[in-house]
Amino acid sequence: MGSTDMTNGRTVHAAEHGHDAHHEELGFWRTYVFSTDHKTIGIQYAITGMVFLLFGFCLMMLMRWQLAFPGRAIPLIGRLLGDARAPGGTMLPTFYNELGAMHGTIMVFMGIVPLAVGGFGNFVLPLQIGAPDMSFPRINMASYWFFFLGGVTMFSSFFVTGGAAQSGWTSYTPLADIATTGQTIWILGMVLLITSSLLGAINFITTTIQLRAKGLTFFRFPFFVWSQFVTAFLLLLAFPPLEAAAVLQLMDRVAGTSFFLPSGLVVSGQALQVSGGGNPLLWQHLFWFLAHPEVYVLILPAMGIVAEIIANNTRKPLWGYRSMVYSLIFLGFMSFIVWAHHMFMTGMGTRMASFFQTTTMIISIPSVVILTSLIISLWGGSIRFNTAMLFALAFLPMFGIGGLTGLPLGLNVTDIPLHDTYYVIGHFHYVVAPGTIFALFAGVYYWYPKATGRAMSETLGKWHFWPSLVCMNGVFLPMLFLGLAGVSRRLADGGATYQFAQGALHYNKASSFAAWGLAVAQIPFIVNFFWSLKHGAKTEPNHWHATTLEWAAAPSPPGHGNFKEPPVVTRGPYEYSVPGAATDFTPQNATGSAA
Amino acid sequence: MSAMEIPYTVHERPDTGLTSGKIGIWLFLASEVMLFGALFATYILLRVGAVTWPHGREYLNIRLATINTIVLITSSVTMVMAWASLKRDQFGRYRLYMGLTVLCGLGFLFIKYLEYSHKFETGLYPKTNTFLAIYFTMTALHGLHVLGGMVVNSYFWGPGAKLWQTDKEHFTNRVENAGLFWHFVDLVWIFLFPVLYLL
Repeated sequence: MGSTDMTNGRTVHAAEHGHDAHHEELGFWRTYVFSTDHKTIGIQYAITGMVFLLFGFCLMMLMRWQLAFPGRAIPLIGRLLGDARAPGGTMLPTFYNELGAMHGTIMVFMGIVPLAVGGFGNFVLPLQIGAPDMSFPRINMASYWFFFLGGVTMFSSFFVTGGAAQSGWTSYTPLADIATTGQTIWILGMVLLITSSLLGAINFITTTIQLRAKGLTFFRFPFFVWSQFVTAFLLLLAFPPLEAAAVLQLMDRVAGTSFFLPSGLVVSGQALQVSGGGNPLLWQHLFWFLAHPEVYVLILPAMGIVAEIIANNTRKPLWGYRSMVYSLIFLGFMSFIVWAHHMFMTGMGTRMASFFQTTTMIISIPSVVILTSLIISLWGGSIRFNTAMLFALAFLPMFGIGGLTGLPLGLNVTDIPLHDTYYVIGHFHYVVAPGTIFALFAGVYYWYPKATGRAMSETLGKWHFWPSLVCMNGVFLPMLFLGLAGVSRRLADGGATYQFAQGALHYNKASSFAAWGLAVAQIPFIVNFFWSLKHGAKTEPNHWHATTLEWAAAPSPPGHGNFKEPPVVTRGPYEYSVPGAATDFTPQNATGSAA
Repeated sequence: MSAMEIPYTVHERPDTGLTSGKIGIWLFLASEVMLFGALFATYILLRVGAVTWPHGREYLNIRLATINTIVLITSSVTMVMAWASLKRDQFGRYRLYMGLTVLCGLGFLFIKYLEYSHKFETGLYPKTNTFLAIYFTMTALHGLHVLGGMVVNSYFWGPGAKLWQTDKEHFTNRVENAGLFWHFVDLVWIFLFPVLYLL
């Protein structure tokens, strides 16, 4: 991976000399590794994020074997896992739990968020607002290295005694309080990741407010900028409570306190020797106070990416831009007061439940407004079906399924039979996997020419898209059925020992085969990503004939400082197909009237 | 770093009227409010759910904490004086007041150390009961913030003050931002003191 990063950087470097004569020479380490340039940091974030996504996916493929063929030895690689994890190649339930907990943690905190916010946000946001860099470039670099350290810490937890964290990505207490050392490492890793995202969020908000180009008022922001801006507020305000919770759990584990341990707790038939007086539900409240806004951290940047690509490839302004922006802000605000809909089963009482189910129903409205606006934006457009657009289009129905399957979970009554079943897994994966990850793929195809000066192969792109679309649905649709049949999540045998689950177990196999198919479908992407670095078609700076500043005003790849001269914005973000204009796009920095 | 200049680090952006550093520090303080807010919420929830909850005075030394409150408030005053001295172009007085601020911080931590060691000597630990658990966790986290603020202030008292020779306005802004953080740390204690010791 390192070599690609370098190749990438070298292209950037070569282009710098073309137009930026007063650029001073930085050494190898300062240019590629400890860089303060937002573009390099963005690429570092994106590549690290993608590596973690792949790693998290590999963990999942191991789990899928266990679910499809419980108790059977994993072929080929099973014996490599070691006797502590899989004696004779057959996975132990404890190892399954490690994989489950780490899959969730890695995908959310070390895969998607770093790619969506750290990667795309860092690379694209300053370019789209016409800024030379972030407001605090060194803090930006620190943010990446905190993330990197957090990732290394999390990864190292697989190798401590007792293995990695086993208490789920939610780390529910009291289980997590009494789990093996891996859980302590999980907490330390989380603190590093939280620090990273805090530094990033401060930088994003300040940059957006302070370094906007002349003439770029808030309602001339591309929707992507808005989505990153709101996301940064969520990261800024939602993560600290989890940090507090992590400190409390650390105290429970290390200093022997009982914040989350009630009096008289019995573990394995033995009364636990603790002072007691704690409250296990407290952890859930603090955790979900972060983790529900976190859901919107996962989805809002995806909406931003999709909005950019749809406006560009329909050659039309976004329909209802203003209502989309207001919805986005409302979503961000509401996401702080829906958290306990994850806790209907905890016995917190009907009054609390009705409050949170009401707010949950309310929050679905702005999501629907944004999705509907995006769909109506397609109306009457002459659509260019390139790979980026295909992924963006697929995002709409996939996110739609994810959203609609969430409604029964948001209502107290219907949540109770579905809670903690595979239905929940199916639901949120539809939002995050074929939803957000498709949007992220779309973003990679869309901004790759900006980052490298070369376009990715469209043919390989389509070989990537169609099988991925089929396999994604193949993985997650069966989970909805499994869940409706009542099969619980987090079972190391996928329900094989449960009588009532027997009629539904074949869905496990279907899902597993689709998952392995999905892995094969990523090969064209990986090949494309590396091959196009050297052999992709060279592109002009405004490859997609777009209106936003990163395309209209900056070279590809942009040099240090991004713009030859600071751009001046004269109009809104999506002036496509303006009647009477010379071209079907009028860039934000175009001078004179459009017509 | 590089030849490129990031705008609005020293001078305010005209339409927002703020420097980037000022926005950055306020955003950071907002996140800190959420951090301590979660801990105060934890305190309330644990206390409301407890069968019995001790009065602070049963375990804690109110006299020492009162002295500490005065020490910390004094340090906030000297912090403002330090900044005001820079505004009046009196660098010598800045050194004096900033030095006093750091010393007050040191005094606060010393008194805290006396309190902690007395607890440990009498066999009172975080694991003893939930009240002491939340007491130690919150005051230790606050103590870390005091320490962090002292490191920053010492830096601006010593090596960081070189910036004054080249860019007075930039240095004054930095001291102002460090002051905002210091006042916040002070303010957290103003909440911690009654909640833990008096109620």
